[in-house]
This record gives sequence, C-alpha cells and structure tokens, in this order.
Amino acid sequence: MGSIKYFTNGLLKENPTFVIVLGTCPTLAITTAAVNGLGMGAATTFVLVFSNLFISLLKNLIPDKVRIAAFILVIATFVTIVDLVMKAYTPDLYKALGIFIPLIVVNCIILGRAEAFAQKNGIWPSVLDGLGMGLGFTLAITLMGSIREILGNGSIFNIRLLSENATTILIFVLPPGAFVTYGFLIAIMNRIKLKFNI
Amino acid sequence: MAKKLESTLGNMLLSLVLLSMVMSAALAFVYLRTKGPIEAAAQQKEIAAIRQVLPEFDSDPNASKTEQDGVIVYRLSKQNQPVGYAIKTFTEKGFGGHIEIMAGFLPDGSINSVTVLTHKETPGLGTKMTDPKFSDQFLGKNPADFILKVKKDGGKVDAITAATVSSRAYCDALQRAYSALKTVNDTISGNQ
Repeated sequence: MGSIKYFTNGLLKENPTFVIVLGTCPTLAITTAAVNGLGMGAATTFVLVFSNLFISLLKNLIPDKVRIAAFILVIATFVTIVDLVMKAYTPDLYKALGIFIPLIVVNCIILGRAEAFAQKNGIWPSVLDGLGMGLGFTLAITLMGSIREILGNGSIFNIRLLSENATTILIFVLPPGAFVTYGFLIAIMNRIKLKFNI
Repeated sequence: MAKKLESTLGNMLLSLVLLSMVMSAALAFVYLRTKGPIEAAAQQKEIAAIRQVLPEFDSDPNASKTEQDGVIVYRLSKQNQPVGYAIKTFTEKGFGGHIEIMAGFLPDGSINSVTVLTHKETPGLGTKMTDPKFSDQFLGKNPADFILKVKKDGGKVDAITAATVSSRAYCDALQRAYSALKTVNDTISGNQ
C-alpha cells in the first residue's frame, strides 16, 4: 500500500465531516462564514498532525489503561498552543471562532484518529493520516461556510457578491441553516460516492 | 521496536507525570513567547476603537485612563486642546447578554461617534445595531436633551424593527457612558 493512501483516505473516502460524521459541533456552529471554516480547519489540522505525530511516537511509553488521559494531555497542549498563537497573531479570527478553539480538545476527530490510527501505526503514516483528515475537515467546513455565507449574507470570504441592501436567505447563517446545509451536503456526498463507487 | 509498557501502577504514574511535565514546559514556553504580542494586539484594538469614535488626537490614551463601575473613560487632547472623551461602556441587557460599546463624546457632551466592540446579538436582527441606519441617529446628539431611550419607552431613539431589546440595550450602554462622563466632567453635569 502506497503511503499516499493514508493521506487521500481522509479527503474523500473517510472524510471526517461527511462520511465518519465526527466533530459536528464546530462544523455546525462556526460555519457562518467561509473564512471561519478555513481558520477552524487550519487550527484543527495543526492539532491533528501534531497529536498524531506525538501519539505514534509515544505509543509504547503509554500504558494502555491511561492512554485516553495521556492522549487528551497531548491534544490539550497543542490546542492551547494554537489558542495562544491565534490570539497573538490573528485576533479577529480568534474572536470569530471564540470558544470553539479551546473546544478542539474534545473534537472527536482528533481523539478518534489518535485511538483508531496513531496508536497502532508508525510515525510517517500517522502524520499523513492527520494531514489528510485535517484537510478533509478543512475542505468540508470551508465548503459549508461558503454556501452559508453566499446564501445568508451575499458574500464569500468577506467579498460582497450582492449589494449591501439585497435580501438574503437569512436562515442560512442562523443555526437551522447549518443543519439544512449539512444534511444536503451529506446527501450529495453519498450520491457521489455511490455513483463513482468510492 | 520496544515492547509496550505494561499497565502497572508505577508505569501509569510515571508516564503521566513525565508527560504532564513535558507538556507544561512546552506550554510555558509558548505562553512566554506569545504574551507580548497578545497584549499588544489587545492594546492596538482598543486604540483603533478610540480613533474610530473621536476626531484626531495626539495624546496617549493610557495616560488619562480612569475607570469607574467597569466603565473606562479616556480623556484625549490634541496639542493640549481637549478633543473629547472615549468611553468604553457595556450593558448586560442585550438579547444575547453582554454588549461592549466604545462611545466618543465631544467636550460639550454631544456624541461624536459610537462603535460596538463585542456583542452576541441575533445575526440579521440585533446585529443591525452596528449598521449606520441605526447608529447614525446618535451622531451629534447631546444626551442632555436627546433622551437615550427608544420611543416606545418615552425616549427619542428609533428602535430597530424586530430588535427592540437590542436597541434598548444599546441605549442602556450609552446612558451608562453618559453618566460616567457626567461624573468626570463638571461642565457637562452643570455643577461647576
């Protein structure tokens, strides 16, 4: 098996958002704008890559019975690093994402990949897996953010597509719009997967 | 590859303690490196907000900072001539709770400009309080005769349609700012 497969796995076949359906809390909550999705995705990818790397490195030093505690410790450390760095260098994005940055700690994608992949595999595959899963997540929530921003706000990446006074479908930037968008995207993804037999 | 450590009490303690120590050290390092930039960013934001609500000034905002009941008053001047007051005020009465507002008052007590710093209002409804359509009605008004209440409550403020609570909260925060202004400036309160 080529190592590239570890990477592409997370992009489509096992996309964390549309296929495994993990980490839905940030997916639904912060995707009111495309740039939020991109920022959240980047932060999650960073944490995912480094927690996978460290956990695959340390897997023999961590006794089985305390592995969850140890994983959370590693993950929380990287999340706090992201939290501090974003606060220092991208204060606006930090403000938009708010509580969801610290909440990356409890994002199931990260613990899920540590438990299901990194603790059983070598360093290189784990890093690739983290990168693939992270990018898959980033693509998915940026797509959701774009759709909701266009429909609900008439803009994308803060670039206005419609005039300031145009009527937009407001519900798409409100919580119900998140569920509607998510549902349709999962349906479309399932269709694509069936059709191309992925 | 080494064999996996067994789950004995000693091993579990040792690995968790060591891991905690390493991770704490890493965090301490990052914290020290980012502490400066975080403070600078917060400071910069505050000053940018002050510049937004007042005419040009050249005094240092932090030199004239006073605080009372959680409201921060900056007294600013240009070439020793008073430019006005930037007042960071708040309210808990928003639809989503806490709202922070930076209000700029000219030396005569009239409102120069207002900008909302943080809020959790409903997108599309309460968020309209940041739109000029709503916030422009305060410009140049003096709260001494421009009663800071929505018309429904007997004031002079046009509330946002379907967001009366947010409009009331906005007025509440501005009223708080004006009260703070009156206590720092005797001329405006009329008891010189």
